[in-house]
Amino acid sequence: MSTSARAARRGGRDWAPVIGPRATGPWARRGSVVVLLLGAAAVLVPFAWMVSTSLKPESEVFRQPIQWVPKHTRPANYTEAATLIPFWRYFVNSLVVAVPTVIGTVVSSAAVAYAFARMRARGLPTLFGLVLATIMLPAEVTLLPSFLLFRELGWVGTYLPLVVPAFLGGGAFNIFLLRQFFLTIPREHDDAARVEGHGFLSILLRVIVPQSWPAIALVATFTFVGTWNDFLGPLLYLSDQDRYTLPLGLNFFKDIYNTQWAHLMAASVLALLPCLVVFFLAQRAFSEGVVLTGRKG
Amino acid sequence: MRPTRRRASRREALAAYGLVSPWLIGFLGLTVGPMIASLVMSLTDYGLVNPEATRFVGADNYREALTGDPLVWQALRVTTYYVALSVVLELALGFGLAVLLNVGLRGVGVVRTVYYLPAVVSGVAVSLLWLLIFQPSSGLANAVLEVLGIDGVDWVYSTTWVIPAFVLMSVWGVGRAAFIYLAILQRIPTNLYEAAAVDGVGSFRRFARITLPLATPAIFLNLVLAVIGKFQIFTEAFVISEGGPGTSSLFYILYLYRVAFRYFRVGYASALAWLLFAVLLVLTTVAFRTSRHWVYYEGERR
Repeated sequence: MSTSARAARRGGRDWAPVIGPRATGPWARRGSVVVLLLGAAAVLVPFAWMVSTSLKPESEVFRQPIQWVPKHTRPANYTEAATLIPFWRYFVNSLVVAVPTVIGTVVSSAAVAYAFARMRARGLPTLFGLVLATIMLPAEVTLLPSFLLFRELGWVGTYLPLVVPAFLGGGAFNIFLLRQFFLTIPREHDDAARVEGHGFLSILLRVIVPQSWPAIALVATFTFVGTWNDFLGPLLYLSDQDRYTLPLGLNFFKDIYNTQWAHLMAASVLALLPCLVVFFLAQRAFSEGVVLTGRKG
Repeated sequence: MRPTRRRASRREALAAYGLVSPWLIGFLGLTVGPMIASLVMSLTDYGLVNPEATRFVGADNYREALTGDPLVWQALRVTTYYVALSVVLELALGFGLAVLLNVGLRGVGVVRTVYYLPAVVSGVAVSLLWLLIFQPSSGLANAVLEVLGIDGVDWVYSTTWVIPAFVLMSVWGVGRAAFIYLAILQRIPTNLYEAAAVDGVGSFRRFARITLPLATPAIFLNLVLAVIGKFQIFTEAFVISEGGPGTSSLFYILYLYRVAFRYFRVGYASALAWLLFAVLLVLTTVAFRTSRHWVYYEGERR
C-alpha cells in the first residue's frame, strides 16, 4: 500500500476539509449533520419500501394508508418468486457472464495500463491518446455494427459478445484509472526488482499489482456491478430464455406477472444482493481508491 | 554496453506492444471498424430483413431524420429536457453533498456508504422498484405527497410528469457525482485555508474564494461526463414507461433501439447514432470552449 493510501485511510488529514473542523461553528456542524442524515434517510426510503413490499401478502401491497411494517409478514414470497421464474438459473447465467467479464477486464486493463505507465516504445503515447479519446465515445455509435459483426461470427445467442470484449483492453476508462494509479507507485520499486533479475511481467505481478489493490478493487467492483445490471447487452444478444441473465429474467417476470408486486420485489431484492455484497466487501479498498483516483502521478 | 542497451530497449518496446495488443485489437475491431461500418451503413438503406437489397442512398437517412421524422425531434426534445433537469439538479445537490461530507464529521463513513448505494444497484430491479413507487393509486410517491398536503399525480402514466419522475429517479443516485466532487475537495491544500483564516477571512468567503474556484475543473469534467451519460438513458425507459404515455418519454436510445430492432432499419438507425454523436460532440466542444471563462486551473494566471 502506498503512503498516500495510508494517509487516506487515516482520514486523509494531509488534505483539508472545506470548512475545516475547527474553523466551523457548532451550529454549522449541527446543521450539516441534520441535512446529511435527512438526505441519507431519503436515499434509504426506496430500499426500505422494496423490502417492506417484498414481505407483504399481495392483497396488502396497495393498502391505504400505506404500511411500512406488513400486517402479515410473508417470507414465502421469496421462495415463491424464485420458482415463478427460473430465478436460480438466471442467477447462475448472470454469474457466468459477470465473473469472466470481471477477470478479463482486470487482467487486460492492468496489462495495458502497465505498458502506458511504465514502458517506452515508439507510438505508445499516441496510442494512449487514442485510449483517452474513446473514453467519451458513446457506445451507441458502435452498437449496431458490433451486433452485425457478432452475428456474422455466429455469436448471437451465446455469451461471447458479452464476455469477449472485456478481454480486449478492458475499457478505456479502466485503463486510464489504473495507469494513473500505477504512476503513483515509486519507480525505485521497479528498479529494485529489475536488479534482482525480474522481467516486465514479473514486475507487474510482484511490484505493481500488490500495491494497487485499491484501484484494482475499484475496477473489479464497477465492472461486476455494471455487468450484473446490464440490460441492453443481454437484450440484444440473448434470445433463448434458458440463457437469460437476471435483468432479462426480471423484465420477463414483470411482463407476465405484472400485478404480483410483492413477488416482483422479492425477486428484485434477491437480484440486487450480489451487488451489495460485492460493494461492501470492496468498501475498504474502495474508499481509498475513490480518494486517489483524482490524483496525478 | 551500447548494443546491450539497445537490445534491452527493443525488448522493452516488444513487451510494450505485446501488452497493449489486446486493447489495439479491440480498438480496431470493436471501435474503429464498427465506426467506419456504421458511417457507411448510415448512407444506405441496410435492413435486418432483406440485407441483399441494400442500396446506397446518400444523405437520405440524415435528411429523413432531420426533416421527415417528427419522432427524432420528439426524442431529442424529451431527452434534452431530461438531461438538462437531471444534470443541473445533480450538479447542485452533488456538490452540496460533497461539501457537507467533507466537513470532517465523525462517523461520516457510514453516511457516505448510504449515499453511494443507489449507484451500485442500477438496472431492471431498481426500475421495477420505482415503477412500484410511482403507481398513482397508493404508490409511495403519492403517499409522501399526501403527507405534505399535496395532491398526487399520475407520474409515469402522465405526459407531464413522466420526465420529472425519471429525473427524480436519477437524482436518487446523486451520491456518485458527490464522490467525484469529494475527491477534488480533499485535494485542496490545507495551507490555503489556514492562510485565509489567519487573514481573518470568514467561512463563507473561504468557500466562495477558495473552494469553489479550485473545484471548477471537477465540476466541469463531471458536467461533460454527466451530459454524455444521461443522454444514453435506456433501461429505465424500456422497463418503466416503454416510451409512453404516447411518445412523452421516447428517449433517444429507446427510439434508436426501436428503429433498429423493431423496424429493422439498421441504416437509418446508424444515421440516428451518428446524429447523437454529433449532438454530444457539439455540446462537449461548447462546454470546453466556454470553460475558459469559468474554469480555474492551478498555476494559471488570470
